[in-house]
Amino acid sequence: MGLADLNHNFLTGQLEDVVKWARRNSVWPATFGLACCAIEMMASGAAHFDLARFGMEVFRASPRQADLMIVAGRVSQKMAPVLRQVYDQMMEPKWVISMGVCASSGGMFNNYAIVQGVDQIVPVDVYTPGCPPGPETLMHSILTLHEMIRTGEITRRRAETGAGAAILAERPVSVATPR
Amino acid sequence: MSEQKSSEEPAAEEEPALVHGVPASLSRGQLVVHPGRDRYLAVVSALQSDGYQMCVDLCGVDYLTHPGRTLPPGVAPERFEVAVNLLSFSERARIRVRVQVPDADPTLASLFELYPGTEAQERETYDLFGIVFVGHPDLTRILLPDDWEGHPLRKDYGVGRIPVQFKGAPGAR
Amino acid sequence: MSKTVETSQELQMRSSQELQMRMDTTGVEALREPGSVLRIPALPEEVESQPTPHDTMIINMGPQHPSTHGVLRVMMELDGETVLRSKPVMGYLHTGMEKTAEELTYLQGPTNVTRMDYVSPLFMETVFALATEALLEVEVPPRATWIRMLMCELNRMSSQVLWLATNGMDLGAISMMIYGFRERESILAFFEKCSGLRMNHNYIRPGGVAADLPDGWRDDVLAILDAFPKRLDEYDTLLTGQPIWRERTQGIGIITAEECTALGITGPILRSTGVPWDLRRTMPYLFYDQMDFDIVVGRYGDTFDRYAIRLNEIRESIKIVRQVVEAMPPGDYRVQDKKVTPPPRARIDESMEALIHHFKIFTEGFKVPEGEVYIAVESPRGELGCYLASDGSAKPYRLHIRGPSFINLQCLPHMIRGGLLADAVAVISTVDPIMGEVDR
Repeated sequence: MGLADLNHNFLTGQLEDVVKWARRNSVWPATFGLACCAIEMMASGAAHFDLARFGMEVFRASPRQADLMIVAGRVSQKMAPVLRQVYDQMMEPKWVISMGVCASSGGMFNNYAIVQGVDQIVPVDVYTPGCPPGPETLMHSILTLHEMIRTGEITRRRAETGAGAAILAERPVSVATPR
Repeated sequence: MSEQKSSEEPAAEEEPALVHGVPASLSRGQLVVHPGRDRYLAVVSALQSDGYQMCVDLCGVDYLTHPGRTLPPGVAPERFEVAVNLLSFSERARIRVRVQVPDADPTLASLFELYPGTEAQERETYDLFGIVFVGHPDLTRILLPDDWEGHPLRKDYGVGRIPVQFKGAPGAR
Repeated sequence: MSKTVETSQELQMRSSQELQMRMDTTGVEALREPGSVLRIPALPEEVESQPTPHDTMIINMGPQHPSTHGVLRVMMELDGETVLRSKPVMGYLHTGMEKTAEELTYLQGPTNVTRMDYVSPLFMETVFALATEALLEVEVPPRATWIRMLMCELNRMSSQVLWLATNGMDLGAISMMIYGFRERESILAFFEKCSGLRMNHNYIRPGGVAADLPDGWRDDVLAILDAFPKRLDEYDTLLTGQPIWRERTQGIGIITAEECTALGITGPILRSTGVPWDLRRTMPYLFYDQMDFDIVVGRYGDTFDRYAIRLNEIRESIKIVRQVVEAMPPGDYRVQDKKVTPPPRARIDESMEALIHHFKIFTEGFKVPEGEVYIAVESPRGELGCYLASDGSAKPYRLHIRGPSFINLQCLPHMIRGGLLADAVAVISTVDPIMGEVDR
């Protein structure tokens, strides 16, 4: 974004506010519904808990047209490269909400088949607990994301902010070795 | 014939004698047949002619840590077992076929020619246990990635639990 | 066999789950495709030679595509818009639940299995509970069984309504998606009142149910049942006679009864071919033999028949739920066997024995006698089976769930063959796979 080059003054501040307002009020999610959380995500998009009032009812199937990836469900080892590929295809600025405990930390499945937290693969902005999180919880996480967009610096890259998990690199004790 | 819901005491029912020449037993009121590997295909084929038109389930079991299970006399326990459940529409009955498969030579005849619906289930059993089905048209892994090593549902394969990783909170934005 | 059997390692080195080009496909596998479900594969010499790979295109659909049916990947070989061969590749949601089940006690088991078929979780819990009770050889009190039937039929309604919603969206009737979810909300609100959760309830446990029905449940259920029929008639009017809907569903994805039997397919797909096989009627479990309802059967085995069957199954479930509401007896909601059922919380303060039982059941779990059993129920997708083997300890030795969607996906290549690409979407939707129970 060319705004990084401008000196910050009153006018550019107003311009940034307008850009942030536009960004947060029409975040388009990419469908990454994997398991049970996908059903709750669809329920939040439906009429009872309406996501359209936040400008988010268009779930874009193509990642090229999406801003937000809601990883809804457990990510298996086979799905992990696909997840990364879809994330890479999204255009900046992009955000990730990890919905549900399986996406946030592996959830109740601490075993050989599930990636223990999707932040091992993509940087996550908001973690949503719940198994599955009800639509109200998902909306709370979306509003938290909107708040982050509203108050955050739009030109800082993730590497500087350290957003997403800072993983303590530990050698796992037992990973699929015979007993 | 077997009932789906088991409520009779096993003592009141007699143990069935041989079914198609192989030992049979009752398990919670359900009829189970125990052919050896050599007679497996013949017995299943005979059951299909008897009227068991659909194979509803085929799965493997690894009895490595429970070798002392009850089996009818004449059946030698091996490490793996393959359990096949058949269903008859006309009789409204089920029957189970349990075959012992040794660890040293984990192969078994494929039921694909008799019941094409076992294709995906045999692939799953191969994937998770390593039992090779001879005569299956396309025995590849189905649930795990192609390059996965090992067969997870075996008892000597760990669950793969890793210690919970506590991560630093994201920095202020 | 003159050919030596390959070892597991050799197989793995040469095999791949993806759809290969024709020239790389073995003769036996190529023969499987064109309706050769029932044909015994002949000698490889009969395979037609010289495929022309540059005329056809292998494309990949999924695993990430509009999230109606989860992470299914279908590889198709297309000649223009026509699908020649296809191969579903699964495993993108493999969670190792059967392995996890060996680490959890029988009381924790329903939390695990309920997440397999996440759209109809109460069926998964029911089949697990029935299998455990068959091994334990305990008799569950009648009220618990009636409660289970009530919850299962309500779950069947919500699952079929979800299918209507997602199928409508797949075929372009996007408003159906919104209507379908609106119906689901009323049922999910009732489930939340009973069990605390909208989905994945962990409500039906071995021994009975987790808690009694809340006060005023009759009014809630009757309110749901009164609202449904009129709305179903609206959806009927919206979809059934509509020409685009008919064009897209009639004559698409035809399958015959023999093919279903050969492939092990049950549920609405089998019933659409004319076979009146529904476990609730033919091999009754719970108290379905006392219920008066019809089995909906189709005639042509196409997508439209399956849509009609599922729509009418909701109406039949409404009938059953009304009868259950009439017949619900008072009594215990779980078996009063102290070794199996935790004591009520108030008793723990009063009795040492109750405290010890509570402790043992929740830490160690109750032991189940040795044996193995296969129990099946009729889920909205077909025959849902549970093969449970126990070694006498407090954790299952082997839990295998026969997921109907896993088996039903085998008919996908057969149904798609020869159709257009758009029909493939309709067929995938009509098979109604739920990837949680496909991949477990």
